[in-house]
Amino acid sequence: MQIDVQTVNIEQKNQTFTHLKKRFGDKKIPSRYQEASYDLQAVENLHYRPTWAPEQELYDPNLSKIRMNDWYDLKDPRQFYYSTYTLNRAKQQETMESNFKTVESLNLIEGMPDPVLAIAQNLLIPLRHASYAANINNTLVCGYGYGTVFTQPCVYHAMDNLGIAQYLSRLGLMIGDVEALEAAKQDWMDSDAWQPLRRSLEDLMCVRDPVEVFIKQNFVLDGLLYPLVYQRIVDQNLVEQGGSGISILTQFMTNWYLESKRWVDSVLKTMAAESAENKVVLEEWVDTAANHFTSVLLPVAGLAVEGNQADELVSEAHDELLQRAKKAGLFK
Amino acid sequence: MSKVFIILQANEETRSIVEAIEQDNPDAEVVHEPAMVKVQAEGSLVVRRETIEEEIGREFDMQELNINLITLSGNVDEDEDALTLTWNS
Amino acid sequence: MDIKKTPKKLNVKEKYRLMTRDLAWEPSYRDEKEIYPYVDYEGIKVHDWSKWEDPFRLTMDAYWKYQAEKERKYYAIIDAHAQNNGHLNVTDARYLTAIKLFLQGISPAEYASHRGFARVGREFAGVGPQVACQMQSIDEIRHAQTQVHAMSNYNKFYNGFKDFASQRDRIWYNSVPRSFFDDAMSAGPFEFLIAIGFSFEYVLTNLLFVPFMSGAAYNGDMATCTFGFSAQSDEARHMTLGLECIKFMLEQDPDNIPIVQKWIDKWFWRGCRLLTLVAAMMDYMLPKRVMSWREAWNIYGVENGNALFRDLARYGIKPPMHWDDVEKSIDHTSHQIMLGLYQWKFGTAFHSWTPTASDIEWLKEKYPTTFEKYYLPRWEYAIAQKEAGGEYNNFGLPKLCQVCQLPTLFTEPDDPTQLCHRETDYEGEKYHFCSDGCQHVFEQEPEKYVQAWLPMPALMQEPLKGDLAAWMEWVSLEPTAAGEYASSEDKANFEKWRKQVSTD
Repeated sequence: MQIDVQTVNIEQKNQTFTHLKKRFGDKKIPSRYQEASYDLQAVENLHYRPTWAPEQELYDPNLSKIRMNDWYDLKDPRQFYYSTYTLNRAKQQETMESNFKTVESLNLIEGMPDPVLAIAQNLLIPLRHASYAANINNTLVCGYGYGTVFTQPCVYHAMDNLGIAQYLSRLGLMIGDVEALEAAKQDWMDSDAWQPLRRSLEDLMCVRDPVEVFIKQNFVLDGLLYPLVYQRIVDQNLVEQGGSGISILTQFMTNWYLESKRWVDSVLKTMAAESAENKVVLEEWVDTAANHFTSVLLPVAGLAVEGNQADELVSEAHDELLQRAKKAGLFK
Repeated sequence: MSKVFIILQANEETRSIVEAIEQDNPDAEVVHEPAMVKVQAEGSLVVRRETIEEEIGREFDMQELNINLITLSGNVDEDEDALTLTWNS
Repeated sequence: MDIKKTPKKLNVKEKYRLMTRDLAWEPSYRDEKEIYPYVDYEGIKVHDWSKWEDPFRLTMDAYWKYQAEKERKYYAIIDAHAQNNGHLNVTDARYLTAIKLFLQGISPAEYASHRGFARVGREFAGVGPQVACQMQSIDEIRHAQTQVHAMSNYNKFYNGFKDFASQRDRIWYNSVPRSFFDDAMSAGPFEFLIAIGFSFEYVLTNLLFVPFMSGAAYNGDMATCTFGFSAQSDEARHMTLGLECIKFMLEQDPDNIPIVQKWIDKWFWRGCRLLTLVAAMMDYMLPKRVMSWREAWNIYGVENGNALFRDLARYGIKPPMHWDDVEKSIDHTSHQIMLGLYQWKFGTAFHSWTPTASDIEWLKEKYPTTFEKYYLPRWEYAIAQKEAGGEYNNFGLPKLCQVCQLPTLFTEPDDPTQLCHRETDYEGEKYHFCSDGCQHVFEQEPEKYVQAWLPMPALMQEPLKGDLAAWMEWVSLEPTAAGEYASSEDKANFEKWRKQVSTD
């Protein structure tokens, strides 16, 4: 039976769920982000210890050196839950789809100067493997991190990294078919320019502290790589050399970096503000990783620009990263 | 022989899909239940893109099936032209 | 290399291979064992990860596109449901008990599954299963969230919803799903996939999501029906992942077969015990019925399960060990569980009731060999007590099974007049079980199951020491959320609001 009940005015018993009332009071109706994120993870009376690591708890905040009194302080300023995340990406996906069509129908690749295509081939296509590592690393943080507001965005970030690896693969197929992907993989495996990065990512894939992985991958490495490769080399150097078509096909990466760094910065800031002990650990991670990845990315930048300029671009990216770290409360 | 099946949400979009499946699988049985429609057949069932396109009068991507799919049973093989369900027994 | 080359058109399979499978590389600076430390210890041998087949081949662009479409449809329906007081469209408020159980028990399970799949999506050493598991992980958080959002509107008007987060960890019956998912998550990656991907998703979720959700629609609850069907469309991918995973393990090495068989035996039984709660939901909590638990079992358990196990026979896999015991229990469990919930209704965050005259007629018809003979007399006794002004309660604490954590209220498979009870001594302690199936699971891995958190002993220990009022506070159970449906605030409000509607 369908009855017309729109007009009835009935009084509500509860504004919200109890766990949200405890956190936010019940003056305001909670947002869908709050309903979808807070206190979803089991916290007590966990039944069994993991057979894969019996010294750990099933959800274990002590897997990290970072300590939080409440891990739910690490909120995502974008307030992504599955629905908002997916709708957002679907919109961007549509734009990218039409970007690919535009580049194809205007034959923009055909008309591109050879040096531009060579840079796209040598610099961009191998990065799909680096994005795959970022996918794996974020999946670890989602799996083993503590508290839904911290872990939830990491699965989105992991899937985004997979998406980026796939956009790079499409770009490769467009400029040089399957052979472009094969050559890029060869470079990734063997060429001198890529070995330091590949080695560093293999090292990072062995780290099991979820926050350490988060900081080194999302804050440090991406914080150097994206400004260097997408903002500077692609959007400036390649565009100047007639490679606007490439820039159109990496638009997702540029926008994604700008969007997601607000989240990454906010996590870093909240963790650093929590305690002096956290701050020391975070500074140590950021400092060593920033120096390390800066030197690792130097030969990568060298694939696109001359030695001196590569130095310059990489150290600009390094400075920019340290600025972000300072804004987040580190090194003060 | 074992039965394979595919269950779709019952709505306007799936009417034509179900009709297409019926055309390609004359022996299939269609069962209507509240809010859902089940198509089952002995051994195997095939959902073809071309037939759906003829029914709906536009292009159809096999992955669009995901939107209204509820569940299925059988080993799945999907490519751009068809989705096939089979049991080996 | 000639860079400007016209790309040839790739088919879906080839494109998917390049877009996903080709992204990984063989590490050379670090040993694979350092990157994937948990992939060996269960004894599963994998010789070639690339043999993994992913039949759905979704790349992220397609994933975002189609999932966004599902989300738009879903939220349009629940927004309309909330704006139009859709909760007053349900057949009657008894139905709410089913969705309270769902929010307290199943939604946290969806969340656990999300985290578990993230872990195996990290731990498997092949990019094919990694990506498939990651997609399942993100789908599962979707399910937990869409369920909370759908229930949020019910929570505004009815009791029993608002404390689901603390009740997930504390109230006794939620230990049943909790222990099931904790068991899977504390297992290794391959066992997790058999537990959730295969046994739960492939063999059992159809029973949870298909007939029950069709029933939700039939009972006027479009919000629940929609999240159910929308979730199950992801399950179609997950089930296929579960089936592919099992085939992959079986094809990789003959030594895997006995290990996989052992897991199938365990998780089929664990899953069937968990689903006894769904049996009670189907037979007792849908005021208008679509089909009985027995009928649903015949279609999705027997017919579909047999098809599956006939298919797997080519690998030497046999149907699950306790299949016959499950089959024998199907005509009994929903009644046994509902009688149990009814007599412990003072300690549940949902209401229960005695069946009405028309319920009884339906149950007699659907369970001709068992209901009238074994269960109707007990219901009649409860009804008589109620009519005489008494209440049918059992303040004795139920003895819980060490494995499935349900009260030991089931009967012997071959004698429905005898309660089934099993015991095992392990390191000087006695452990209790509801069945041969659960005892068998325990005896395979006693060192794991002795760790189980049992909510009943917790009530007797510090700091509660058997104080029922203190316990109710500890589990956030308000008296208005518990007890008999007939005298509940939910019923009174629902009827008042409905009346208001029809007189306006």
